[in-house]
Amino acid sequence: MSGRLSRHPILPIPSGGGTVGFRFGRKELLARRGEVISSALYAAGIRIFGRHHRDGRPQGIFCVNGQCSQCLVVADGRPVKACMTPVEEGMQVEPVLGRPRLGAHDTLAGFSEATSGERAVRVLVVGGGPAGISAAIELGRAGIDVVLIDDKPVLGGKLSLQTHTFFGSIADCWAGTRGVDIGTLLAKQVAALPSVKVWLDTPAVGVFSDKVVGVVHKGRFLRLRPEVLLVAAGAREKVLTFPGCDLPGVYGAGAFQTLVNRDLVRPTKRLFIVGGGNVGLIGAYHAMQAGIEVVGLVEALPRCGGYRVHEDKIRRLGVPVWTSHTVLRAEGREGVERVVVARCDERFRPVEGTEREFMVDTLLVAVGLSSVNEVLAKARSYGMRAYGAGDAEEIAEASAAIFSGRIAGRTIARDLGRKIEVPERWSRTAAVLRSKPGPDEPDEILEVERPVQPIIRCWQAIPCNPCTQVCPLGSITIPDGSITSRPRFEGECLGCGRCVTICPGLAITLVERDHDPKRRTAVVVLPLEFDDAALPASGRAVTTGSRGEPVGQGRILGIRDRADQDRRRLVRVEVPWADRLQVAGFQVQNPAEGKPLSASHQACPEPVEGPPATSPSSDPILCLCEGVRRSEVVAAIREGVRDFNQLKASIRCALGGCNGKRCTEPILQVFRQEGVDPKTVVRGTYRPLDLEVPLGVFAAAVEVEGFRSRGGLSAGKFAPRTQRNAKGAKGRRS
Amino acid sequence: MTGVAWDVVVVGAGSAGLPSALALAERGMRVLVLEELTAPGQGQHKAAIGGVRATHSDPAKILLCRDSLRIFGSWRETNGDDIGWKMGGYCFPVYTDAIERTLRGILPAQKAAGLEIDWVGPEEIARLVPGIAREGLRGGTFSPGDGQVSPLLFAISCERAAKRRGVEFRYGEAVVGFETAGGGVTAVRTTKETYATGHVVLAAGAHARPVGRMLGLEIPVVPDAHEGGITAPVEQFLGPLVVDLRPGPEGKTANFYFGQNAEGQIIFCYTPKPLFVGEDRESTSEFLPILARRMVSLIPRLRHLLVRRVWRGLYPMTPDGVIIVDRVREVGGVTLAVGMCGQGFMLGPGVGRLVAALIAGEPPTISAEAFSAISFYRSFGAAKTEALK
Repeated sequence: MSGRLSRHPILPIPSGGGTVGFRFGRKELLARRGEVISSALYAAGIRIFGRHHRDGRPQGIFCVNGQCSQCLVVADGRPVKACMTPVEEGMQVEPVLGRPRLGAHDTLAGFSEATSGERAVRVLVVGGGPAGISAAIELGRAGIDVVLIDDKPVLGGKLSLQTHTFFGSIADCWAGTRGVDIGTLLAKQVAALPSVKVWLDTPAVGVFSDKVVGVVHKGRFLRLRPEVLLVAAGAREKVLTFPGCDLPGVYGAGAFQTLVNRDLVRPTKRLFIVGGGNVGLIGAYHAMQAGIEVVGLVEALPRCGGYRVHEDKIRRLGVPVWTSHTVLRAEGREGVERVVVARCDERFRPVEGTEREFMVDTLLVAVGLSSVNEVLAKARSYGMRAYGAGDAEEIAEASAAIFSGRIAGRTIARDLGRKIEVPERWSRTAAVLRSKPGPDEPDEILEVERPVQPIIRCWQAIPCNPCTQVCPLGSITIPDGSITSRPRFEGECLGCGRCVTICPGLAITLVERDHDPKRRTAVVVLPLEFDDAALPASGRAVTTGSRGEPVGQGRILGIRDRADQDRRRLVRVEVPWADRLQVAGFQVQNPAEGKPLSASHQACPEPVEGPPATSPSSDPILCLCEGVRRSEVVAAIREGVRDFNQLKASIRCALGGCNGKRCTEPILQVFRQEGVDPKTVVRGTYRPLDLEVPLGVFAAAVEVEGFRSRGGLSAGKFAPRTQRNAKGAKGRRS
Repeated sequence: MTGVAWDVVVVGAGSAGLPSALALAERGMRVLVLEELTAPGQGQHKAAIGGVRATHSDPAKILLCRDSLRIFGSWRETNGDDIGWKMGGYCFPVYTDAIERTLRGILPAQKAAGLEIDWVGPEEIARLVPGIAREGLRGGTFSPGDGQVSPLLFAISCERAAKRRGVEFRYGEAVVGFETAGGGVTAVRTTKETYATGHVVLAAGAHARPVGRMLGLEIPVVPDAHEGGITAPVEQFLGPLVVDLRPGPEGKTANFYFGQNAEGQIIFCYTPKPLFVGEDRESTSEFLPILARRMVSLIPRLRHLLVRRVWRGLYPMTPDGVIIVDRVREVGGVTLAVGMCGQGFMLGPGVGRLVAALIAGEPPTISAEAFSAISFYRSFGAAKTEALK
């Protein structure tokens, strides 16, 4: 199986750019030029990058965001995060098996400039997502010097991973435009502003008591002293703890979007998703667009928390959505092979006898986001002029983050003495865009005696208005004039399909009543964001209703795919007359559950000697970095520990590379489960660094010309058994 | 006031207080430990890098740390817990004539005290410290009996051992005053309760001075701050804790030291120049660039280590840089174990034994001469510079 996408309905597949050869262990592989190691390995079907030093369990990706340290590998003698390090031609990548070994690599050319220098910055913006860029644009327009840093190689933050069209209003935040394109638009705007400097591949690694923000830029540690700091570092994904949650193949929906939508890698053929918020629902949609079967999605609450239009959309495409269900465990020896779910009661306790098993090798976790705000809190505690914007301050949609950033930018400009207005309207708009979806309204479809009419399946109030802006006859309106109430069709319809094309929820279809004068059939016009490979070869599709319930059969008559539709295809489907009002979509996958898994991932490039991976069925790992299991936390709590620092000292949880970002919340949950109010638990002291950084970066060490590792860090004590290299150059893939 | 009277109340559950409580309990005394923080070892104790050596030049420290080494080294056998003990020795590599003379100068006294330490040549240093810069390396000292312990694990284990012997701990209770009668202490008052006792061990670390004033004592302890850091683990490659006594070319470091702990992490620290006086425990941005340059200059391969965390801890300093362990004459029943000058962790178990002997009315566990050097009543003005701090 090729692990790379050769086609995608939305994203262009680059043909040029070239490839670079590298080796993982003894295996010779090819990467796209500029691609990070983790994606190149996944594209080659490799998902075990190393083995944990404590118990030998396999490790791979988790966040694909540079935040955790699960994906550590040794590349050309240096320990690096596979998800943040581009492959270089001829690179030798080694799995980290146990603790990495520090080899005899003792030559250095010297050191670059003095280490003690610091740089004054007027405004430092940390994070180049929708909030950070929007703030920098406002500051740049006011002529204020800004340094905008982001740890990724492109601006846009998570916008650059979003292939779907956005909600909100067209006038305010490009509603109806795809997230990835909004990111590009914002990046272009900021690039045109002379007072804004954009530093990419530049993570902030800590804020210090001398009011300095430490960043790593071009391989050097720089000490930036901002007059004003704006933290727009976004969010991180919450984790779910269950037996097997540490297995390779369990990772965040954001990680998945990065693999698929940024790096165009298909990490699996079939997956399962836990979490029915927008992130999980959209993750399912993105998976299907990449040709990946979504075997199912569970949500512990009785209804999905995400927008109903997102949920309905994937249901219609054939994704089973199990509400009031939770993941019991993931099973497998060297990675996920099966996922077991069960119904849960109102207190989220699994109901015995309701277990269902699904054969998948991948489980996406999408159980919510939390703000990345540690740097902001620390900066404020040091008396710095520090602001927050976007998800770093409050989790919301990207459109709200854009406004939050604009407001922060203007506020900072004003605080720096500029006579500049922060429009009152912006705050109101931001609040509207942050508003939670309303309750489900009853499905009601009114037919009018006209040749053609739109059916608007927008059953839930959400902040969105593009349909009202594009109807050439003005027949779609929101009666109260807001963008948060539901739109209504009244009047004439030309059948132009603009409303179908723009609706971000894919919730509008057309019914053509005049297709068959004898009224045996009608035609429905359905929006589609898949290419022909997703269409039934026979031309006959299983049609689905509002909630994805099968309706009957339809015959695909044709597809309109004009350039002005922006990759939204309009499919004309002939359906029985009786079905005309019910049909809202058609399946692109068969929702039949639990098919056996055929293709599987390779474990490691070569068999690895080491203790067998143990994943006791009832004792999940809470702290992945240090391999701390739930039972150890429970024992400490029962011994009387009520101070997180003491927990760290005694069982090492949160002492690892991620600085407690991943395990803190799950551990506090264990306190709750043990009858201890987490509010009474003394929180762990948060100290820099935010990310692990090589000592040589701080030292400003300069390598000798043509540095390649002979030494450096290499495979550790579970070193691969020497084996004949059978594959050689034949192992290469393009 | 609670009904029971405690034989001893120890103020402070840190480097000196924890082992003192344990040593007292081992003698059968009923001991209560009061700590204003919410867990053991959460003050300066956890900021220690965990090096333990007997190879000092000051006789009292030699004797106390020799006791500590014995206790740390046999801890697992005695108390059942792994405290990350690693007997990798201490190594002082030497590049300058002046430092060579200093170190060679104290060797006879160290050997006379029975310490296992010697001067070794550059080849041996390079074997002990793989990858060390050879240019100008003259050799150095190596003391194989010294080692490292995890301060984090030790605090947990020492508290557990003390509890097993009946010691009680009250956390989140700051001492606010003492009661005395007939010239002796009778009770300790905290933010929550009053505890009757005839003996108090003052082991309040960086807060020794304000707590002492509650007893009318002027304890000359002023903290200054030192920063430390730790890397991600790598396979064991460095046995000894390495101390480079050279002042740094950047003019901000008096010396620096680092070692690989039992977990495989490199833990490191330097002595700043000038000192950061005060109680600020937040890290600065200068520490890593300065120390990284020094470490990578000494051992270039260290540049590949991933730095994980930095922190800052306080050295409770006395005017002459020598610790204070003594019975107070002004108030009966008060014993001081304060002013550990940044070496409280390695001194702790030895100090604990000494404190227990003093309270039991026994002779000190160290020689009379050494004991007088750490007296509260010595002349702090007559500062003699310790050859090897």
